[in-house]
Amino acid sequence: MKKIWAIVKKEIKSFFISPIAYIVIAMFLLISGYFFSIIVFNTQMADMRIIFHNMGITLLFISPIITMRTFAEERKLGTIELLYTSPLTLQEIVFGKYLSCIVLFLIITGVTLEYPLLLRLFGKPDWGPILTAYLGFVLLGMTFLAIGVFASSLTENQIVATVVSFSLLLLLWIIGWAGDTVGGILGRFLSSISIYNHFEDFVKGVVDTKHIIYYLSVIFSAIFLTIKRLEWKRW
Amino acid sequence: MIEVENLNKSYGQLKALNNVSFKVEKGQVVGLLGPNGAGKTTMMRILTGYFSADSGNAKVADYDISENPMEVKRRVGYMTENPLLYTEMTVWDYLSFLADIKEVPVREKKNRIEKTMEETGVSQMKNRVISRLSRGYKQRVGLAQALIHNPEVLVLDEPTVGLDPKQIIEIRELIKGLSGQKTIILSTHILPEASMICEKIVIIDKGKIVAVDTQEELMRRLKGAERVYLEIKGNKEKILQLIQSIKGVKSCVEDVSKDKSHFVANIDCELGTDVREDIFRIIAQNDGVIYEMRPVDMSLEEVFLRLTTTENQEGGAVI
Repeated sequence: MKKIWAIVKKEIKSFFISPIAYIVIAMFLLISGYFFSIIVFNTQMADMRIIFHNMGITLLFISPIITMRTFAEERKLGTIELLYTSPLTLQEIVFGKYLSCIVLFLIITGVTLEYPLLLRLFGKPDWGPILTAYLGFVLLGMTFLAIGVFASSLTENQIVATVVSFSLLLLLWIIGWAGDTVGGILGRFLSSISIYNHFEDFVKGVVDTKHIIYYLSVIFSAIFLTIKRLEWKRW
Repeated sequence: MIEVENLNKSYGQLKALNNVSFKVEKGQVVGLLGPNGAGKTTMMRILTGYFSADSGNAKVADYDISENPMEVKRRVGYMTENPLLYTEMTVWDYLSFLADIKEVPVREKKNRIEKTMEETGVSQMKNRVISRLSRGYKQRVGLAQALIHNPEVLVLDEPTVGLDPKQIIEIRELIKGLSGQKTIILSTHILPEASMICEKIVIIDKGKIVAVDTQEELMRRLKGAERVYLEIKGNKEKILQLIQSIKGVKSCVEDVSKDKSHFVANIDCELGTDVREDIFRIIAQNDGVIYEMRPVDMSLEEVFLRLTTTENQEGGAVI
């Protein structure tokens, strides 16, 4: 556990030494802030449902940028050899890297808390759906990041990692549409693996264990595949 | 301390290691010598647990590397050819991170980092960002990284490559200072370096071990002859013929001639014979003048070249 924490600390430091962290935070706040003001001014309602949808889509764009460097950069620079020859298990390395991305994501999420607080100043927002939506948003982000970490482990090139994880995420986001057209068992299956469909209920204020299990299993699978990927051809 | 048995490793078609076996005793400094692409780095990556061999066994610090890689990694310090550095970090942060992942106890951490920085001479650079350091200091930080957890075994891949002569000497002194307390295996293609630091030399070429021995023994066995360098003035044909007839002389070859009567000859003699007295007498009796006469040591370079280039002709006889 101490070693995982050491990796998290190191990763967070390098996020903030390089401009990535600042750019990602600024970009996300700019875009979500724009959505927030436009939507609130238009609807004149203390309601965050549409805002959460848009934040989800914005997250789809920025999470590949958070995760792209995790493994691709270390492999390109060769510093991964340093980790592999230290008394670290692959699990510790992968968890450490993944947790550091989550920490950055939680910082971003923390800043967005200003939106409901602003609503509270001028109106009476319904806190229930806002809290469940935040739960869903965090799970959504963790899922995106897990897939991004996996994509980063596939390549030495950060741009390739970004493109791969973005495509995977977008595909999983929109795959529900195909589900509606195909219909039948296959259709139901496609809808059930859509990231978007599972997010919807949280935004509406519904916490269903099936959605939580869905997100956790995607996270688990992505992390498992990352570990297997890194083992491959070495042992 | 290190035991390697029948190690094989291929990259696709290329056989990087071919049935490699050798042993290193505790406290020994061993040089892994070979041309570029001989398999030195592959060997070291297996010993440090970076990847596994295709077949064969390797034991480091009494732990089998494939069964117990964690225990091995706890006891091995590894410095790669290009030091692997997180260049955006300061020296202190970098070493502190490595101390954490290499399980240095929290209480000892600060002392350990300070001691290692002192040993490697980077103390005054501790708050500098690594990317701003000179090549020599980066190399030292790389070495500090390998030493941070006070390992029993040190694996150093070309530790002096790319340094200026002064830095090379300093790094060599540093390694020499560590010998005795630590088992060290270092790779190099610079021969004088191996002969200077290492007690035992493993010569490796195209993935195969060509010779394992101490430096003196290696040269003695390979030479099979003593050589005398001779610069004389006198009757060339007669003197060469007479030298040839001395008991123990295997060959006497004229090397460079300054003019008709002033020339240089290389004389190969059987092992353990000293023919210099006889040569002196012959030349004196024939009115010749000796300008220079000295025994020649075959350098490690020659040994190395013989072993790695004419392996097919005489390699079998060497081992």
